[in-house]
Amino acid sequence: MLRDEDRIFTNLYGYQDFGLEAARKRGDWDNTAAILQNGREWIIENVKDSGLRGRGGAGFSTGMKWSFMPKNVTDKPVYLVINADEGEPGTCKDRDILRHDPHKLIEGCLIAGFAIGASACYIYIRGEFYNESSNVQRAIDEAYAAGLIGKNACGTGYSYDVYIHRGAGAYICGEETALIESIEGKKGQPRNKPPFPAQAGLYSCPTTVNNVESIAVVPTILRRGAGWFAGLGRPKNTGTKLFCISGHVNKPCNVEEEMGIPLKELIERHAGGVRGGWDNLLAVIPGGSSVPVLPKEICDTVLMDFDSLRDVRSGLGTAAVIVMDKSTDIVKAIARLSSFYAHESCGQCTPCREGTGWMSRVMQRMVTGNARMEEIDMLLQVTKQVEGHTICALGDAAAWPIQGLFRHFRPEVERRIQAYRNSAPLAAE
Amino acid sequence: MSAPASDHGHEPTSFAFTQENLELAQRIIAKYPVGKQASACMPLLDVAQRQNGGWLPRVAMDAVADLLGMPRIRVYEVATFYTMYNKNPVGKHHIQVCTTTPCWLRGSDDIVHACKKKLGIDLGETTADGQFTLGEVECSGACVNAPVVQIGDDYYEDVAPEHVDGLIEALKRGERPKAGSQIGRRSSEPLGGPTTLAAFTTQADD
Repeated sequence: MLRDEDRIFTNLYGYQDFGLEAARKRGDWDNTAAILQNGREWIIENVKDSGLRGRGGAGFSTGMKWSFMPKNVTDKPVYLVINADEGEPGTCKDRDILRHDPHKLIEGCLIAGFAIGASACYIYIRGEFYNESSNVQRAIDEAYAAGLIGKNACGTGYSYDVYIHRGAGAYICGEETALIESIEGKKGQPRNKPPFPAQAGLYSCPTTVNNVESIAVVPTILRRGAGWFAGLGRPKNTGTKLFCISGHVNKPCNVEEEMGIPLKELIERHAGGVRGGWDNLLAVIPGGSSVPVLPKEICDTVLMDFDSLRDVRSGLGTAAVIVMDKSTDIVKAIARLSSFYAHESCGQCTPCREGTGWMSRVMQRMVTGNARMEEIDMLLQVTKQVEGHTICALGDAAAWPIQGLFRHFRPEVERRIQAYRNSAPLAAE
Repeated sequence: MSAPASDHGHEPTSFAFTQENLELAQRIIAKYPVGKQASACMPLLDVAQRQNGGWLPRVAMDAVADLLGMPRIRVYEVATFYTMYNKNPVGKHHIQVCTTTPCWLRGSDDIVHACKKKLGIDLGETTADGQFTLGEVECSGACVNAPVVQIGDDYYEDVAPEHVDGLIEALKRGERPKAGSQIGRRSSEPLGGPTTLAAFTTQADD
């Protein structure tokens, strides 16, 4: 288990005040100027060396992402955008940073913005997080008043503004180019890439979009050293991670743990175990709704990191662990996710707009068994026709849970179809 | 009895920002670069909706468009794309139950049922006295405190069916029930206390 002294988010649960004074006592804003004075290259190299991979789901190297930003831009502004549009079902970790540890985020915004040569930062917070936004705004106001951001931030001569932009209820805005469109005052529909945001992002200016957690861990990494962070977890899967454990556990919770902790240990140590005991476990969605479900036999041994979960054909995603015990109607659980994606498709790409609705309707029939056996393969074929054929990954995200369901629980659906036919032979024909 | 969701009988003929909100609008516009005032479209729609009792008539969208120098159709596009902009009147208390899988696993169906029973309305409907609108939302992003019910700007968490009566009665009395966990959790820590951070969680400040 991760030692408390290696935990970054010491106010995760909000037992202490979120304001500047308490944040300073926890170590935030401790001689930030010295970090900036090491220079942009030093910051980027150290973040690369720490092995930090994006905490928003895709798991791309944060330092590498920053290094893609053009150097010496003089003809236009450069922006850092923080993705706080947390809405992946199962995920509620950024919310705790926003409401309980906002100064970690704001200090990270300053350091990251400095590293990429930005003049301003927009924090895009999902609209429903109204009270969380209010805390972040209060922390921003405190940081301005203390000279930590704004003109001559931390006395370094660097000028940097931080603003909040609130969303208004659209999951798709968690996709980085949809998020940029949304800040520009448009419908949140993803852009075709290239150009990537590093070339033409917000207002067509060079932009980096990072997740809240990715940025909030940066100040601590730079203070304690890249080697410290890289020494936690496994190679290429380093550091600490916020996990959200929801569903059929005795004590659902968020917790910061070491990357690579065994799933079973995570659930038993922190979430009070599976309801009814480990043997009552049916399945786990290990990384938010978009990643394929895993049956108990894989959950017995799998480690919670990017590569271990990829090896079992799922993913770490946002590290949102959705636990389902044996009482769960697994088909209905996945069908509910299908209707989520149908609701949240932005409607721009035909395969997703039509496919998510179609998949959702067929999944509803699979719940009751009111389907023909051959429709299973038809449904799987359609998931393959949606996956990879859309501008953004929402289509993939809608396809994967269904593929995961049939990979591990196909006999259950077949049983339902057979039972339905047996009970209502005429209706089924 | 309930008013159908498509009742446009309340559509006003005009909308004007209050002086206070006009000043707020200028502060919001100033957050974005010169010439990029369209970025203020979303926050101004929110200001307009709050001024107008929780929903956005077309005239309010027009007022935002005119203030920002945007074609009205662009503002309609935004207002109809995002789910938090209510295009129809809503009750004084907008109750939104999350029913996505993590909440569903923890019994959100029972919460929806309890709300319907208590209010005597279906999802998408408003009580005849205009006090309550009941809705269903997709993932609220508080999954380790499921089931979650959002009322106005507040999240009510770890909600059980037996809490619904008390919450709604308190709202009827004009009170604002204590938001957050309804079973005594501080926030997202495990029930009964954290398994980590011993030095940081012993001195509760309330």
